Amino acid sequence: MFFKVAILVLKKDLAIEARSREILYTTLFFAISCLLIFSVAFVKEGVPAEDAASGILWIALTFSGTLALGRTFERERYGETLRALLMAPASRPAIYVGKLLGMVLLMLATEAVLLPLVAFLFRAPLFARPLLLTALLVLGTVGFASVGTLFAAMLVRTRTRDVLLPILLYPITVPVIIAGVRGTSALVQAPPDEAIATLWIGLLTGFDVVFVTLALWTFEPLMTE
Amino acid sequence: MRKLFVPLAVVAAAMFAYAPVGIARVPYESTMLLVQKIFYFHFATWMAVTASVAVCGVASAIYLFKGTAVADHYAVASAELTTIFCTFGLVSGSLWGRKAWGVWWQWDARLTMAFMLEMVFLGYLLVRKYGGPGAEKLAAAMGIFGAATAPFIYKSVDWWRTVHPQTTVMKTLGDKFPAAWNLVWFCTAAFLVLFVVMLAARVQLEYLRAELDRAYLAAEE
Repeated sequence: MFFKVAILVLKKDLAIEARSREILYTTLFFAISCLLIFSVAFVKEGVPAEDAASGILWIALTFSGTLALGRTFERERYGETLRALLMAPASRPAIYVGKLLGMVLLMLATEAVLLPLVAFLFRAPLFARPLLLTALLVLGTVGFASVGTLFAAMLVRTRTRDVLLPILLYPITVPVIIAGVRGTSALVQAPPDEAIATLWIGLLTGFDVVFVTLALWTFEPLMTE
Repeated sequence: MRKLFVPLAVVAAAMFAYAPVGIARVPYESTMLLVQKIFYFHFATWMAVTASVAVCGVASAIYLFKGTAVADHYAVASAELTTIFCTFGLVSGSLWGRKAWGVWWQWDARLTMAFMLEMVFLGYLLVRKYGGPGAEKLAAAMGIFGAATAPFIYKSVDWWRTVHPQTTVMKTLGDKFPAAWNLVWFCTAAFLVLFVVMLAARVQLEYLRAELDRAYLAAEE
């Protein structure tokens, strides 16, 4: 029952997104424009600064992720559908999981485009260890999106939500971003340091477990008026 | 709590009056000499931060799940105290770092994470101020997440060690340097008593503020 509800919420979000593709296109465009700005800061005489690619990748991801998080709940608020969703006889944590899965898939879709672009534009050997890099990206995305989905959902009723979301989200998710950037850096350097990357993957798994557990635990009282 | 307030305030004052004397008397540490003396307050401050974060996390969880107003008063009071003690700890650490490492600030794991903790609790206060109606609940979520990440801050130095001393430094200090060991815990106790006194005062203030709000609402009706 739990997963059925989660999958239904996910399907609903994906169906809306598949029709308009609004969040995907805008998020992707924003992420790419972030790359453009970073190129001004981190490229000197045509050569990208060493080790810059991993930081650029993760910052572009978190910035564009914040945009997507705000937008996906803005849509619910605009259509007055969040209340309907919460009134449905379904467990609140299941709704949260559905929303989270939708967010993770959306961010992964962005990453699929962003990753080759960063590798291409900043001359980073991002595909040297594809499995480890995928693990880092998926775990990092889950960690970021788990806190983000919870905070975006609870801020929906607040007037100042656009400002408060990044204010709350970034300090809390800094451990995830550190692990992502450090892990990716270890993979990009020559030769790749697999031991370090694996260590950060382990830490990311720990953060994900803590964040998802806390979010599942607090979603219900936070969404009750 | 109210009966204990004055005695505790007196105890805190007495302890802080003695602390500089004790720090002046304790012998120099062999490698860092005079500079090391800031350690007694630096460590104690961060212990007060730990206590404050723990109170905020527990109070936030109680408020979120039970809705008790007193828990919310404790949460906001301890969040404010966290930012104050955290600032003091960052400043004392920075002064010490200038002399011990030669730089004001080092992007070491522990410092980064302490900075992050400060940001989390400043965020908590911003949500309360600008969140509008229902901000207490949002802030409670922030308090819970902030307190949950605090253990990572403590462990981070062991995982990603750079220049900051390891967390095992306290374990070895007792055998090597007993005078310093006793003084460190004396200072820690002083800071904790100070924390309790300030917490009690701030909770009382928050309670009165809530009462005043209620009285305003009652008068309008």
